[in-house]
Amino acid sequence: MTAALTTLPTAFEAVKVDYSAVAPMLVVVAAALIGVLVEAFAPRTQRHAIQVGLALVALVASFAVLVLVSVDHRTVTVGGSLAIDGPALFLQGTLLIFAILGVLTMSERFGGRSADAFTPMGAATPGSPAESAADRAGFATSEAFPLTMFAVFGMLMFVAANDLITMFVALEVLSLPLYVLTGLARRRRLLSQEASLKYFLLGAFSSAFFLFGAALLYGYAGSSDLVRIAQAISTADGAYEGLLLPGVVLVLIGLLFKVGAVPFHSWTPDAYQGAPTPVTGFMAAATKLAAFGAILRLAYVGVEGSRLEWRLGVAAIAVLTMVVGAVLSVTQTDIKRLLAYSSIAHAGFILVGVLAFDVTGVTGVMFYLAAYGLATIAAFAIVFLVRSGGSEATHLSQWAGLGRKHPVIAGIFALLLLAFAGIPLTSGFTAKFAAFAPAISHGGLAGIIMVVVGVLASAVTAFVYFRLIVLMYFTEPTGDDVVALTPSIASTIAITVGALGTVILGVIPGPILDLAGRVSQFIQ
Amino acid sequence: MNSLALFAAEGEVAAATGLTAYAWLLIALPLLGAAILLLGGKATNAWGHFLATALSWASFVLGFLMLIAMIGRGHEERAMHVGGWNWVPAGQFQLETGLLIDQLSIAFVMLITFVGSLIHVYSIGYMEHDSDRRRFFAYLNLFVASMLLLVLADSYLLLFVGWEGVGLASYLLIGFWNHNPAYATAANKAFFVNRVGDVGMSIAIMFMFFTFGSVDFATVHAGAAEAGSTAMTALGLLLLVGACAKSAQFPLQSWLGDAMAGPTPVSALIHAATMVTAGVYLVVRSHDIFNAAPNAQLAVAIVGAITLLYGAIVGCAKDDIKKALAASTMSQIGYMMLAAGLGPVGYAFAIFHLITHGFFKAGMFLGAGSVMHGMKDRVDMRGFGGLSGYMKITWVTFGLGWLAILGVPPFSGFWSKDKIIESAFIGEGWRPWVFGGAAMIGAGITAFYMSRLFFMTFHGKKRWVDEHEDAERGVHPHESPLTMTVPMMVLAVGSGLLGLVLSWGGMFSHWLEPIVGGHGEEHPVLPIPVIMVLTLLLVAGGAAYAWMLYWRDDVPETAPRGSLLTQAARADLYQDAINEGLFMRPGTHLTRALVFTDGKGVDGVVGSLAASVGGLSSRLRRLQTGYARSYALTMLTGVVAVLGALWVMN
Repeated sequence: MTAALTTLPTAFEAVKVDYSAVAPMLVVVAAALIGVLVEAFAPRTQRHAIQVGLALVALVASFAVLVLVSVDHRTVTVGGSLAIDGPALFLQGTLLIFAILGVLTMSERFGGRSADAFTPMGAATPGSPAESAADRAGFATSEAFPLTMFAVFGMLMFVAANDLITMFVALEVLSLPLYVLTGLARRRRLLSQEASLKYFLLGAFSSAFFLFGAALLYGYAGSSDLVRIAQAISTADGAYEGLLLPGVVLVLIGLLFKVGAVPFHSWTPDAYQGAPTPVTGFMAAATKLAAFGAILRLAYVGVEGSRLEWRLGVAAIAVLTMVVGAVLSVTQTDIKRLLAYSSIAHAGFILVGVLAFDVTGVTGVMFYLAAYGLATIAAFAIVFLVRSGGSEATHLSQWAGLGRKHPVIAGIFALLLLAFAGIPLTSGFTAKFAAFAPAISHGGLAGIIMVVVGVLASAVTAFVYFRLIVLMYFTEPTGDDVVALTPSIASTIAITVGALGTVILGVIPGPILDLAGRVSQFIQ
Repeated sequence: MNSLALFAAEGEVAAATGLTAYAWLLIALPLLGAAILLLGGKATNAWGHFLATALSWASFVLGFLMLIAMIGRGHEERAMHVGGWNWVPAGQFQLETGLLIDQLSIAFVMLITFVGSLIHVYSIGYMEHDSDRRRFFAYLNLFVASMLLLVLADSYLLLFVGWEGVGLASYLLIGFWNHNPAYATAANKAFFVNRVGDVGMSIAIMFMFFTFGSVDFATVHAGAAEAGSTAMTALGLLLLVGACAKSAQFPLQSWLGDAMAGPTPVSALIHAATMVTAGVYLVVRSHDIFNAAPNAQLAVAIVGAITLLYGAIVGCAKDDIKKALAASTMSQIGYMMLAAGLGPVGYAFAIFHLITHGFFKAGMFLGAGSVMHGMKDRVDMRGFGGLSGYMKITWVTFGLGWLAILGVPPFSGFWSKDKIIESAFIGEGWRPWVFGGAAMIGAGITAFYMSRLFFMTFHGKKRWVDEHEDAERGVHPHESPLTMTVPMMVLAVGSGLLGLVLSWGGMFSHWLEPIVGGHGEEHPVLPIPVIMVLTLLLVAGGAAYAWMLYWRDDVPETAPRGSLLTQAARADLYQDAINEGLFMRPGTHLTRALVFTDGKGVDGVVGSLAASVGGLSSRLRRLQTGYARSYALTMLTGVVAVLGALWVMN
């Protein structure tokens, strides 16, 4: 490095891109763009089929490229803004599986026209003649699929973002389509639109925190690159020491909003309840995974050097998240809100693993995210099936006696609930173990306290899940109008994969745990 | 020194090659059958039983090919190991699942799959009119798979999985006709008694982990000699508890008689030929542990000697044909236990008797089933008599089994049981006289009660009414269909010849020698011809006495009151009363006290805790107002609080 280079502005230099490493992302974004063209040019009657096919083919292709090509190109690329390393690849692969399952559940139409998850015309006023006309004409919001693909693209980028600016762009790319998807529910549209607006407003609010924090960190380190920030912390040569802590906290808060940590969780129950149920499942699994991927990278690559200053604050948030999520799930009467609070509690459990600051913590978190996501997508797919008079029967009382009428559906749902509760021989137990064990061995006193709180909170949530199982199996049905629709082959696959994954990760977790363990080292 | 320990010292038992590497299939095939039948639902009603039978035979063929492959290998290279996956990776404790295919396990594989498959065939006829036939075959397949896992496992933990699996299948099949509350109770009783044994087994497995840091056969057996005799005695006794429960040995014998509630093919397969012998297998498989613990070994022999007399005495008084056979099973397993408790001189004979007994007892149970089939499911022998003319095949096949169990030369039982009696007379001090005497007297009593059973059923005057005379109470004895009689014939051939074939030139003992260890030439305290002649005299005496009472004289149709001993034997020597008085009543009182404490104390605390969580939840819930502005305010408060707190702390 010559002196001239450091003092003079360098000539513009095109960044090097390792296309093999980023190919999975390119496949997804290409499919999303083609999807927009399909919306514009394909005949209305065929759009749904084309979009579903396109999305699935692209996701499978992306996964194949990831597994076959990208794994051998672990590198920091695109001028240092994307790090395709072990954790990024593992999380991207898991994301793609979630996306495939999510698209499968979103494509569910029950063979008819008016039972699918999405409103026939998103722009129409709820209850207006335009809406009913669109319904009669059999319109469908097939835009949902390109939107999903854009969100997946953002998530893929999010978990690999090695730079605060890239991270912010990824955050917005994944968030904006989700805001729109949230407002597209077919039934209870006002609730759905309200949820969408709340999610958008609070999301914008949290993005502002993230940006502000990023600006402070740039001021501290003179770079938005995570590696540079880490160097600045380790050499303690930051120009303005006082900017570091607020910067770290504000950036983290922007990310913690996305995982639904308390007190930034308020949007979660409303958005989960209002969004079309398959979207909720996808959102719960994939957003949580992507956001935790970003948190891991920020915490382990970027600001790990100053962790003693900020980790207690995050530990307090983790404890609060577990307690509030668990306690509030006790009084929920709506199945989707119950699962929302459950997801909040799970976010707390995962944070415990994050705060271990050890590679085994990364392993545990990644395993937890995979296990939780599989169970969640299947659980919401089942919620989508249980209907009363055409609309979803989300009130808990309507689930009474479901086990007698639909033993298979209720049985799978009970299995997923057991996994959420962390009962052995399900993925939930292994996941909790994998996330809590590093916190005990590497987290010091704070880690032990968090694990104790975590176990107590698990006991509270277990009560909620068991009560639901009791309700399904040992309570007389309230009315005869609650039925579980017969799923199409697509959602059957999604539910089966979710349930099988839950069992396999519980009974023989070895291979996936080993895999997660082998790839848990970030490229610095 | 035995081969397993040697192999462990040199390294490992050779990894399986060729066909033997696919030994998992032995278990997987019947398991697949069970899964298809249970999950397939009504769709498999029409062909499910054929599939189950075919898969069981497939397992047999596979096992037979492996046996041939094994015979082809040298004496010391016969044992092979099939690796599985890392089942329990828990820190220092690593447990690989794996199968051990050696001379001992292959002998069991042959017994289980051959007798098991025959009984599948028999059941096709026996269960023809049962509406739940599919479920029955599913359970039978499940049993065969679990039993194979039990004998093929290479570690105590995997063995325990099979152990529980056969227990489950046994429970499900005893209570198969659970619409009858008495049968369901019988299933529960078997379940409870077996839990006692399971506790013994689980503690034994934990104890092994504590002592050896491992629970696989190779490590445990290799370390047994150095581990000290106190530890090994404890371990041996714990294993004995498990073995007693599974094999219905004194004092955990009470469940076997009631287990006859299950369909007869089940009694033949599970409660006579295979599952109940698992305890003997366990003791022989763990011979290194017992060799290192002479006291535990003595306990095994004492348990065996007590049970063989106990079962024989109970058998003399039973009028229910299946319960008499059950008592006989108990007694015969007592012989095997006794042999296993004698140490290296007895192991091979214990297994030898186990194999021959598997054939002749299964054959007799199937015969009993055939008799019941022709007699409207009646079991009271006082209502039989003179059936030999009506059911010729059943009579002949049963007769061969009868000759075998009596130990009449040259039938199977003679070769195996006589060896056990001879071995029991080996030793010093009081032991040969007590054990040998018990075994010899047992043989005499066996001859009496088995002849009683045979004569009461097939000979003497007929004590039943023909259907033509009384449509209500009358019966129409007839021979069973071929699906039932062919398995009986095959087993009868085994009852007749198997002992002679396997003992030709000491073949079976040599076969097992690399596993259980050889022993020097030892001589009984009495000359062998004297033992043999005495035994045969006792057998002849017992049979002749039975002939006088139950063939020559008339048998009363209602049981006479009998002597005190007869009454006691009829009540299974008061085993249930003792269990109730000693364990059940104190247990009931303890449970009541615990329930009271639980209700008042623990539940009170838990209840108020739950109420307070619920109250907190309702209060917190009010924060979720639904207004975006208050959500944003919550967020802002959180940000300020975290920043403020961290700023203060740093």
